[in-house]
Amino acid sequence: MAIGLMDVLEPQAVLLGVQAATSEQVIRMLAERLHALGYVRSTFADAVMERERTLPTGLPLELEENVAVPHTDPEHVIKAGVALATLSTPVAFASIDDPEETLSVGTVFLLAIDDKDRQIDVLQQVIATIQNPAMRDRLKRATTTDDIKMLFGPLGES
Amino acid sequence: MAKRKTILFVCGTGVATSTVVNATVTEEMKKRGLTFDALQAKATEVPSLVDGVDFIVSTTPISASVTKPVIKGLAFLTGIGKDAVLDDIAARLTATT
Repeated sequence: MAIGLMDVLEPQAVLLGVQAATSEQVIRMLAERLHALGYVRSTFADAVMERERTLPTGLPLELEENVAVPHTDPEHVIKAGVALATLSTPVAFASIDDPEETLSVGTVFLLAIDDKDRQIDVLQQVIATIQNPAMRDRLKRATTTDDIKMLFGPLGES
Repeated sequence: MAKRKTILFVCGTGVATSTVVNATVTEEMKKRGLTFDALQAKATEVPSLVDGVDFIVSTTPISASVTKPVIKGLAFLTGIGKDAVLDDIAARLTATT
């Protein structure tokens, strides 16, 4: 059975208005939550960082603040989960399109994917959110997990 | 009638962004009445799979040693320039050679 974003977006791994100096800090902060909550193995954070060094995940949206979707191989994942951080000040991520290019990123979705066929709706919802200016704006302005639920839940479709 | 083509969808892990790109391209081509066979892989697996495919759609840079055409899948993640890439894919699927 397919599952949606709200089924895997872990409220305790949603960090809004976070202060971080580097992409690594954000990734480790979110990975730590997913690990503590039993979603990922202890190897997950390092694996995501390693992958970020060779195949980065910053998405160039041609905006002042872009979005990154760090993730890694399923072997580091116990069960599917998504962690989310909105940043009070952007951090630098390298671009998925060109690792030499640096992007300013204000929103980070850390994806723990273990079965692409089951999580296809989750992935599509994340990408649809990133592509939608109104959704991006509401996401950046969210201050509580209820705001996030409104955004991604059944009421958040409009 | 063009021969049914095979597209190899590629990303860093073979599970995340290539899944989105595969789903989007499949859906959009269906609207245009076009079907194809899809394979999905991580970037490092491309050399072993590339012989059996017509072209590649990838969200990450692909080794220059790969001789099959590579189309950038980035547009399906950012939404920027998506229609032009869909037109390109449609043209390749309907090409007779």
